[in-house]
Amino acid sequence: MLVYILKRLAIAVPTLLILIIASFLLMHAAPGGPFTAERELPPQVLANLNAKYGLDQPLWRQIVSYLWGIIAHFDFGPSFIYKDRTVNQIIAQGFPVTITYGSISFLVAVVVGVALGVTAAVKQNTWLDYIAVGISIGAQVLPNFVMAPILVLVFTLWLGWLPGGGWQGGQWQYLIMPVIALSTSFMASIARITRSSMLEVLTSNHIRTAKAKGLPMRRVIARHALKPAMLPVISYLGPAFVTMITGSVIVDIYFSTGGIGKAFVDSALNRDYAVMMGVTILMGTLTILFNLVVDVLYAWIDPKIRY
Amino acid sequence: MKIQRAVSALALVAAGVVASVPAAYAADVPEGVSLSENQTYTFWLLDAIKSMDPQINTDVEGSDILRNLFEGLYNEDATGALVPGVALDHTLSEDGLTYTFNLRDDAKWSDGKPVTANDFVYAWKRLADPATASEYAWYMELMQIENAPAIIAGEAPVDDLGVKALDDHTLEVKITTPLPYFPQMLVHGSTFPVRQDVIEEFGDNWTQPENLIGNGAYTLTEHLLGERVEMDKSDTYWDADKTVITHLTALTINDVNQGLTRYLAGELDRVNIPAGQYPRLAEEYPDEATSLPYSCSYIYMLNVGEKGPEALKDVNVRKALSYAINRDIIVDNILQGGQHAAYNWTHWATAGFTMPDIDYAGWTQEERTAKAKELLEAAGYTPETPLELELNYNTSEDHKKIAIAASQFLKPLGVNLTLNNMEWKVHTDRMQSQDFEMARYAWCGDYNEASTYLDLFTSYSGHNNGEFFNDDYDKLMKDSKTAEDPQPMYTAAEQILADEMPVLPIYHYAKVDMIASDIKGLPTDNVMQTWYGKDLYRVAE
Repeated sequence: MLVYILKRLAIAVPTLLILIIASFLLMHAAPGGPFTAERELPPQVLANLNAKYGLDQPLWRQIVSYLWGIIAHFDFGPSFIYKDRTVNQIIAQGFPVTITYGSISFLVAVVVGVALGVTAAVKQNTWLDYIAVGISIGAQVLPNFVMAPILVLVFTLWLGWLPGGGWQGGQWQYLIMPVIALSTSFMASIARITRSSMLEVLTSNHIRTAKAKGLPMRRVIARHALKPAMLPVISYLGPAFVTMITGSVIVDIYFSTGGIGKAFVDSALNRDYAVMMGVTILMGTLTILFNLVVDVLYAWIDPKIRY
Repeated sequence: MKIQRAVSALALVAAGVVASVPAAYAADVPEGVSLSENQTYTFWLLDAIKSMDPQINTDVEGSDILRNLFEGLYNEDATGALVPGVALDHTLSEDGLTYTFNLRDDAKWSDGKPVTANDFVYAWKRLADPATASEYAWYMELMQIENAPAIIAGEAPVDDLGVKALDDHTLEVKITTPLPYFPQMLVHGSTFPVRQDVIEEFGDNWTQPENLIGNGAYTLTEHLLGERVEMDKSDTYWDADKTVITHLTALTINDVNQGLTRYLAGELDRVNIPAGQYPRLAEEYPDEATSLPYSCSYIYMLNVGEKGPEALKDVNVRKALSYAINRDIIVDNILQGGQHAAYNWTHWATAGFTMPDIDYAGWTQEERTAKAKELLEAAGYTPETPLELELNYNTSEDHKKIAIAASQFLKPLGVNLTLNNMEWKVHTDRMQSQDFEMARYAWCGDYNEASTYLDLFTSYSGHNNGEFFNDDYDKLMKDSKTAEDPQPMYTAAEQILADEMPVLPIYHYAKVDMIASDIKGLPTDNVMQTWYGKDLYRVAE
């Protein structure tokens, strides 16, 4: 197992390198640059800016010095647009915000989603099943960009219970709406996957055996059915977790949380090369890491899987 | 008009005479008005603030913050007239080329040190210095400061810049051509003083709240990128006694509708009204919904240069395109926020500007459409043999609606517009490389005078993306720089634009906002919409 993990980590390095180089080239291939503005800059001013940010160098040299900055100093460079900030500062401000509301949303999505899915499967074709399926379909068809304005309308404008946005260091009043908006569609997917996987497991031989032994239903589900039923859910959770903690531009836009999701989209639109690279690398690393975690969890849950 | 009088009074100061600006303007609370206990003001920002460095900032929103954290030589009052800032007044030399500013001696930085002429000298040199690589370095050229072009180009040392501290409270500025509107340009954020010792100590981090030293009426206490900016009243500000608002908050809300919802929930004192919602809000909240002229113009630029389509080289085709656009439908049915239909380039409310007598502005739309049809037919374009043109616009619901309307106006006349929606940077890049036929464009004035618009269409402007070159136009704009009264030349320049029609004017902007009814002191007649937290106050309701 340890050898497997080390091997996977070793492969991660070239993977990241390819990701960095590919994004770097793609970004520079996009029309316009960080200093393209409605008021075209005089050539001399543009030349001064390019010199300051190293954009006058050949591409290969830019890549090399960028990589060197990361390896030698863990320095992702200055933002080209938010000029009094470095990429490290932008990520240091935005990422804790995102990881906070992302993790809570993840927990909510998993707990509620699994509970709904299991209930629906165990009580298949009863009113409980219909309600659970109804909730999950409802949550699925309400994308967060519809959900967010509705939440603000109801809880802020009509009821006046919650602030309409902001972060304030992550106080609970400011967390509720972002978490609901972000978690619902994930919750719905988890519920659906859990339900179908649970139904499949419940008809399998070992469950029949367990039932035949006279075990109470609660025990059958908790001890024998839940673990195998979780396998497809877990493979979904890895990428879902990364998606949630690397931020949602919708949540950031509607709730002004100041998270990393908005910074990422803005950096692409602004051609803020450095911020875009920084966030891409962050997301790439997390994706690789959590895919590994999922694979390790697999082996732990399913004795048939051995690396 | 009030703005006009105030500006020309300053602009036409006789040589050698001290230009006195009216007594300081601050929160002038009328007698008998009782103030609210809560003296805070919360305003809205569409986007994260890109920089709080006066010489680096390029955004209007950034300037709103800068004007509260720093103070330049002059400020504007609610009508747009100049009032003393750090400078009390100035003298102008006989030849109109040397300004000597007399600075107040009670101006202080937020750490208590006095503001000196050297702080301005350092800031202005820093703006021009190639090492700073400021996107607004060209503003020094626009101000005609001596040697600015050579310094920006790296061909002369920074110390050659025509700005000098004669003593701690006297600043001398040399410019290369007389500029009647020079004092007006000093309101711009890029001319605000900064502290050399602070910048040298903290480098790019000097604008962090814990490091920033400003000379404005407020100090920065918190800046969370994309979330909020918090500012407290500064006790060291020279006019702190008359400053009423004790705390300013700027909230970033990236969605206009969301901003409005949060305003209605009482979280903000001022917010932009999304297009089309003004009539409803004006009815529901008559004391809060406002629409004020705002110095920006919206046009479709035509590519009349070499890379442009043949058809657009024909002035009659260009005129036909312009005549065919029904501006009234665009402002009354699409935007609905008190914007003005435009038949010229310079914003109608610009100080001192006299609108030329543009023929087609006075016609009815039926007459315009008939004339357009006639001109297009003469050029050989009919619905059966239509002219094919592409119109580029950057992603925005409003631009899209206007573009669709334009294509509908033109279609029956034999012009098929292909609408190309593109991402902002792509749109801009294609415009600047002349890779377009028609393109949406907007320009906002840097200062309250017509040349900020009209200079754009000179052959040497650098923003003239449609490559409209006209010798008479160039000559007018050059002569206007030294003219005692440039206004007739501006009017004549507009007339050339109307005759040659290198752009299709669409509308002149308005600032359409919800403003809390207890907030007073915001600009009313200032087309630049420049505001200062120190001038505001909240009345008890």
